[in-house]
Amino acid sequence: MAWFTKASEAPLRVPTEALWNVCKKCGAYTPKDEYNANLKVCPTCGAHGRLSARERIELLADKDTFKELASEVIANDPLTFSDASGAYAEKVKATREKTKIGESIVVGTAKLDKIPVVLGAMDFRFMGGSLGSGTGERILQAAEAARKLKCPLILCTASGGARMQEGIVSLMQMAKTCAAIQRLRDEGLLYISVMTDPTTGGVSASYAMVGDLNIAEPKTLIGFAGRRVIETTIKQKLPPEFQTSEYLLEHGFLDKIVARKDLKTFLAKTIRLLTAAK
Amino acid sequence: MATKKTPAKASAKKPAPVKKPAAKKAPAKKPAAKKTATKPAAPAPEAATPEVLTNPTWETVQIARHPERPLFLDYLNAWDPEAIELHGDRLVADDPAMYAGIAKIGDERVIIVGHRKGRTPEEKVANRWGMANPDGYRKAMRIMRLAEKFQIPIVALVDTSGAFPGLDAEERGQAEAIAKNLADMSVLKTPIVVVVTGEGGSGGALGIAVGDRILMLEHAVYSVISPEGCASILWRDGKMAPVAAEALKITSAWLKKLGIVDDVIPEPKGGAHTAPAKAIETVKKAVLAAIKELKKIPVDKLVDQRYAKFAAMGRFGK
Repeated sequence: MAWFTKASEAPLRVPTEALWNVCKKCGAYTPKDEYNANLKVCPTCGAHGRLSARERIELLADKDTFKELASEVIANDPLTFSDASGAYAEKVKATREKTKIGESIVVGTAKLDKIPVVLGAMDFRFMGGSLGSGTGERILQAAEAARKLKCPLILCTASGGARMQEGIVSLMQMAKTCAAIQRLRDEGLLYISVMTDPTTGGVSASYAMVGDLNIAEPKTLIGFAGRRVIETTIKQKLPPEFQTSEYLLEHGFLDKIVARKDLKTFLAKTIRLLTAAK
Repeated sequence: MATKKTPAKASAKKPAPVKKPAAKKAPAKKPAAKKTATKPAAPAPEAATPEVLTNPTWETVQIARHPERPLFLDYLNAWDPEAIELHGDRLVADDPAMYAGIAKIGDERVIIVGHRKGRTPEEKVANRWGMANPDGYRKAMRIMRLAEKFQIPIVALVDTSGAFPGLDAEERGQAEAIAKNLADMSVLKTPIVVVVTGEGGSGGALGIAVGDRILMLEHAVYSVISPEGCASILWRDGKMAPVAAEALKITSAWLKKLGIVDDVIPEPKGGAHTAPAKAIETVKKAVLAAIKELKKIPVDKLVDQRYAKFAAMGRFGK
């Protein structure tokens, strides 16, 4: 290689993202290990970053107690859907390989501070956490498992809503999941919905909102219609705090906002108080 | 079917002249829908949609949204002009976008709920084009509870482009209102017959559409998102709506095939608006037949079957 071609090579640099977390809310830089140790919460502004399903489970389940259920249920392609950027089947396959999970939710049995529970956690990385037929089926199986084991069900949501690529079948998952949860509740069992950023559209309008307790992390986006859609419809600007967990608490749709570091303790305590679990 | 005056918005959506999509792949779709779509009432030149983009599904969308298509009150007034409307959610408001009341269809007492789009421009504005607020969903649920209490079947007519996306709606918990209806309707101990008569728009439709029999008019559509919304997200171009509509498989023939609707109610040739009285009578017969059938099933078994029906949706190839 001639000496004068060397200059065109990219200068040696370590990408910022490898060492630092840049907060999406306030822009503060935090060393990655410090950020991770802080449970992916920005130490400067308190913004709660997104956790993967496995990270969420690790946060809530006692060590080595989580046993995954319905892992064989994976995303379907009922419409053989394809859009401008290609086939849905291909995209979902790539997502599966990247995230190492079969659907946008991971469910299973676990111990939460020694209390047996059925726990589910959504993963926003999987097609925006959208509610597909596989997601709905996994939730239904989780609810039925909780009913069989007579233990509480906890679902942590992180989703943009229904999965367009599965069309009407996705919409029906809203009814399906709500039906399964209602049966559980009718048998006197506890269902706690933990909303994390974001919980919108068809997921907010189904299993996320029908908890015996509706809990959310701070500063979480929760709402039905998209901000832009509303602004276009009513032709006015919306306040910045609109559709945050604080806004929902104020309007009476959340029982409590709980910071991530306190979540496990809070859940254990409320389950014990409500169900007299040991 | 009062007035011919429709707002500009509606007239712009009149069916485009039918043109067989030349280069487009035509998916397996019941040919019946294709044929009947070939006689739109008044073909108008379509500015927004290039002709090449039109396809049978998009024509169905135009018929489902046709300004003269029978609306909730057309059905109800024909079935029972003396039906009693019941108002209010007992919390904050009475939402005109959602009708709830007691009626007699033939010899059958029913609780009837449905989206009320409005016919005149004034009604449309007042009813938010049939896009209900949380108060509407809560009112519907309150009245449906009466049906359970007195063992009366429920008839729900679905025709909305979606739940209203507004500031008040969010503030008063649109998501919670719909979610609650889904959960509560799934265990309601009385027969529920749902008919998608026009547009089945996403969660706003589903909010009153959990039932034992889901019927759908031949040229109605039922979708997770509007074709325009889907096109602007997945194609980054709202004008691709016809293509999105086809990809979303929102026609009655597809929904039947996907196991979402139980039966498709045929419409007069060209769509329900060409012979409204006939269409309204056909729907009445279908509703009464469904009620008759459902009343034979003991109510606990009925609720179990309803659960099994929705649980099966989205299970494929097992």
